[in-house]
Amino acid sequence: MNGLANALMASFGKDVVADENATPATFTVPAERFADAANILRESYAFLCAEWAADDTNSGRGYSVYACYRAGSEYLIVRAELSRDNPEFPSLVKHFVPAYRFERQIRSLMGVIPSGHPDSRPWIKFEDWPEDAWPLRKSFDAATKMPRLDGQYAWLRAEGEGVYEIPVGPVHAGIIEPGHFRFQAVGETIINLEERLGYVHKGIEKRFESMTWETAVKLAGRVSGDTTVAHSMAYCMALESMTHSDVPVRAKWLRALFLERERIANHIGDIGAICNDAAFAFMIYQCSRLKEVMIANNLKLFGHRFMMDRVIPGGVTVDIDAAAKQEILTELDYLSEQFDVIVRIYEESSSLEDRVRNTGILTSELARELCTVGIVARASGLNVDCRVHNPFPPYDSIGIVSPVLTAGDVHARVWVRVEEIRDSIRLIRRILGQIPHSPIAARCNTPLPETTGFAAVEGWRGEIIYWLACGQKGEINRCMVRDPSSVNWLALEQAIKGNIVPDFPLCNKSFNQSYSGHDL
Amino acid sequence: MIRILRQILRTGIVTCKCPQIDDPNIRVTGINLENSVKKRFRRSLSVREVDSGSCNGCELEIHAINNPVYDCEKLGIHFTASPRFADVLLVTGPVTKNMEIALKRTYDAVPSPKIVIAVGDCGCNGGIFGESYASLGGIDKVIPVNIYIPGCPPTPTDILNGFYKIFL
Ligand code: SF4
Repeated sequence: MNGLANALMASFGKDVVADENATPATFTVPAERFADAANILRESYAFLCAEWAADDTNSGRGYSVYACYRAGSEYLIVRAELSRDNPEFPSLVKHFVPAYRFERQIRSLMGVIPSGHPDSRPWIKFEDWPEDAWPLRKSFDAATKMPRLDGQYAWLRAEGEGVYEIPVGPVHAGIIEPGHFRFQAVGETIINLEERLGYVHKGIEKRFESMTWETAVKLAGRVSGDTTVAHSMAYCMALESMTHSDVPVRAKWLRALFLERERIANHIGDIGAICNDAAFAFMIYQCSRLKEVMIANNLKLFGHRFMMDRVIPGGVTVDIDAAAKQEILTELDYLSEQFDVIVRIYEESSSLEDRVRNTGILTSELARELCTVGIVARASGLNVDCRVHNPFPPYDSIGIVSPVLTAGDVHARVWVRVEEIRDSIRLIRRILGQIPHSPIAARCNTPLPETTGFAAVEGWRGEIIYWLACGQKGEINRCMVRDPSSVNWLALEQAIKGNIVPDFPLCNKSFNQSYSGHDL
Repeated sequence: MIRILRQILRTGIVTCKCPQIDDPNIRVTGINLENSVKKRFRRSLSVREVDSGSCNGCELEIHAINNPVYDCEKLGIHFTASPRFADVLLVTGPVTKNMEIALKRTYDAVPSPKIVIAVGDCGCNGGIFGESYASLGGIDKVIPVNIYIPGCPPTPTDILNGFYKIFL
């Protein structure tokens, strides 16, 4: 399975240099051919997963830009070195739509210019920051007090008879994270939605660089609090891969147990919240009650309601004994019995069905074009799931059933969650039945200078990617975080077109993307 | 419909009796409310939640105080969509540079007397995100705070105990 690598090497010949030691396969190409590589990989049916830049000036070089691609189970990174004085690379937007935001972010935070990019407005960094403040550059001191300048964001405009605008946020009506949405509508129908995110930008990637490899896992667990297990796992696996550290087998199984519990809890909560946005309050009470059962048990069994800081480099911090196993099994029996009852009620409510069917459709073509991941992708006909394509133990032996639906509407996104909850319950039962004995943690080695690490983990929203680079003194030189939200937010903008304004909360909730994971 | 009713009846009441404790970890500064005001608040306290930069972990627990198990409405605490109707601002943090203005504006929109509760380690002092070019630190760096509820995230019981400080 290295179709992408072959395609790249066949067409680039001597122009491509492979880095033998890096995982996944990493190829350096001349900067001016960065977009050509994208074009070739696109023709080999690759998805663009992430695009980012790194500042290598501490190692006596300039900057580098990276693009990570995926096709089936193959990941591949294309890298180009850029000069220190004039860091510029050809934009990938023509070939891959999600590059649109990745590159705006690269320009805003790293000051590396994607030439040919159609949109020069800042992203995440706001227009009232100084133009030349590039926080991810090594020369930028993290403690800088950012002055506030004048500046206006240039919103897209729609004109014409009967067209009006509705600005929403950043502070929303409910208990949710902040972001700004601007609708252009005619009558009730939305003709365009423009998102503006970045309100919760806390400087996470910069913060990583001031931490040690051991303490950084805590920060990874707080990139998006609802996905703490998956994020800390992705960080740990990237670190373990770059240091070739072995993780005891039992720890791997326990990680999967935590990951599936996190998936169930979030999915149940989402199903309730989606129905609530269609004014079906019964479901939110039932679902939040069931979610609470799990969360309360997490506290009892693992010492934290969301299992924060339970996954550490080299393993996990808590084990389960026979009593805990029994407790989880009893909980699952109760949960699955109750869940079936409420799902049946969901299915039989025609007024609810009227709201969720054919609402917020994301077509398969668009889902692919936008390189979506996770539940959003699987509700729109894309068979993408890291647990299936890149299974680490125990997923390689317990068999995942990853549901794929094609309708792409709110109902499909609900139903993917329903099926995943059922499968996760089954997975946990199998994990409990077959979990091998071994210690639960081992020593994780320290990374060697100038090495990189990579991991992809299927969190409940979808594929989470971490890419780590170790600097010359053995410090964290770069920690790139790609939450599923970074790509899926684009899909919401597209799915909402042609829907009525009152359906927006419903659609938004069915996507339920992370603001914190996106804004970093 | 019959199924819904049956499920409601079968579920019964799941609300727990939360211990009402005077938690020493929760710091209170400068709430000088008349007893008569406190009494009124006790039956009806409108809360506006603002996420000024959290990781969403604290939001999960604020949602949880609303769930049938913790059911904050039994204490007269309810969440409102508009700051204009609010008595309390429940703020999670750290306050980001990009949320500073929105937080100030929301605070100004709340009628006096107003109470601000900072939720979570981040809300109390910036937590793991600390102070940087993008994070200004705890909520009190931007607006005055009356009650500090630490924890990462604080549990629903911790948050409810923070509210009790208003009623005490
Ligand atoms: S206190 Fe913890 S849970 Fe709350 S916002 Fe901060 S990191 Fe997230």
